[in-house]
Amino acid sequence: MYALIALGYTMVYGIVRLINFAHGDVFMVGAFLAFYSVEKLHLPLPAVFAVAAGGSAFLAVVIERVAYRPLRNAPKIAALITAIGVSLFLEYFTALHQVFGPNYYAFPRPFQVVSLEIGGITVTNIQGIILLATLVSLGVLQYVVHRTKVGRGMRAVSHDDVTAGLMGVNVNAVISFTFALGAALAGVGGVLYGIAYPQINTFMGVMPGLKAFTAAVLGGIGSIPGAVLGALIMGQSETMTTAYLSSTYRDGIAFVLLIAVLLWKPTGILGKARTEKV
Amino acid sequence: MLLTVDHLSVFYGSIQALREVSFTVAKGEIVSLIGANGAGKSTTLRALSGVVRTEAGSIVHDGTSIAGLPSHRIARLGIAHVPEGRGVFGNMSVRENLEMGGYTRSSREEVEESLEQVFGLFPRLAERAHQFAGTLSGGEQQMLVIGRGLVQKPDLMLLDEPSMGLSPLLVSEIFRMIAEINKAGTTILLVEQNASMALAVADRAYVLETGKIVLEGMASDLLEDPKVRAAYLGDETG
Repeated sequence: MYALIALGYTMVYGIVRLINFAHGDVFMVGAFLAFYSVEKLHLPLPAVFAVAAGGSAFLAVVIERVAYRPLRNAPKIAALITAIGVSLFLEYFTALHQVFGPNYYAFPRPFQVVSLEIGGITVTNIQGIILLATLVSLGVLQYVVHRTKVGRGMRAVSHDDVTAGLMGVNVNAVISFTFALGAALAGVGGVLYGIAYPQINTFMGVMPGLKAFTAAVLGGIGSIPGAVLGALIMGQSETMTTAYLSSTYRDGIAFVLLIAVLLWKPTGILGKARTEKV
Repeated sequence: MLLTVDHLSVFYGSIQALREVSFTVAKGEIVSLIGANGAGKSTTLRALSGVVRTEAGSIVHDGTSIAGLPSHRIARLGIAHVPEGRGVFGNMSVRENLEMGGYTRSSREEVEESLEQVFGLFPRLAERAHQFAGTLSGGEQQMLVIGRGLVQKPDLMLLDEPSMGLSPLLVSEIFRMIAEINKAGTTILLVEQNASMALAVADRAYVLETGKIVLEGMASDLLEDPKVRAAYLGDETG
């Protein structure tokens, strides 16, 4: 599940060189949209995924248009601070009573939990759905980036936006699309989170967001396979820490990983060294 | 006229890079812009293709005003800007780079046809079709950006310093290609520091100095002009 969020960080960074700190909060909004779809509208599960992904995508496009695009040519630090501002805005604005509200909400299970034992390993249907949804999302993403026209546009803009424009690529549209795609994945992640840990509030995006960011950095930010690999390592190390040490150390270990990567291999496992454009 | 530029001015911050530049390019011509480093040659091309904002003046292409349009719209109108030397997509293969040239063309078969033409024109690109563009030599990258420009199937090609950083042998090969591309029906606006080559291949030429056009005429006349010889062709006796 970290993979789904990490992909959004890595895609947006790859194309506009911006760490979109509001990404974890888009994930939170996705979870809340799912919550309302199940609780109030009683939609079936596929529709819940669609609402969460679509709503998150729309939100991200608006954020990019309003907050980031005017700063495209401003110093990097301005955009970064704006991203933190957008993140805090989403957390506190949605905590208002008129919006989502400041409380913890119980996410209704849309189905019964069933455990299966396959070859000595116990698997629940929740884990099955998470795995399936993640794989489907990754497949769709790979297809879009490598087999479609807009994917080709994305890779071109990521390498050199000016030259991409000369080829007739509508750079702004491609950037909006990238934000939308990353956010849709985060929205799917939000639904899965709600199903797996059935308690949500407006600050739920902070920790998963930071950890997914760590996963993206670990794998090499800007690299899509890197984000998935980083997320796998991240998830495994958390599980191992909980199992063999104590769950208290879990978050600590995650960030020790981040610091270690930044100290010894800042480009990440699959990242390429890249000189900043002047 | 295929392209009419009238009193074009461009600023970088408070520095004026182009001062009321006016020139024309007729269908089928090769027109060269020559001048020293920083005279505003590349800026002129960047203004034409919408990469830099124009402050004043008009640019009319084929009856349509294009000043102020975003670059992807200008590209779709049939103007291919072939950027200076290293403007390849280094993260894509040679083939994918060429396919990027066909980004706005709807027919896959036609793009495929253009690709075959480019491979015919530059056999070295065909040999390296699946290599990453970032690993090519300077000359091969130059061939690749020109080839990519051809796949765009433009009526007007803007060529920015195609000879930069190339060996004399490669330079004459590239210029032979430029003449050939022009013969096949593409109008060319060429920006060059290598004035002797640029004048040899062109029909007409303009001389830029600190953002202004100071001389214009038939390329063959400019080649004989004592001022041009002294300033740009390294002729001491001029």
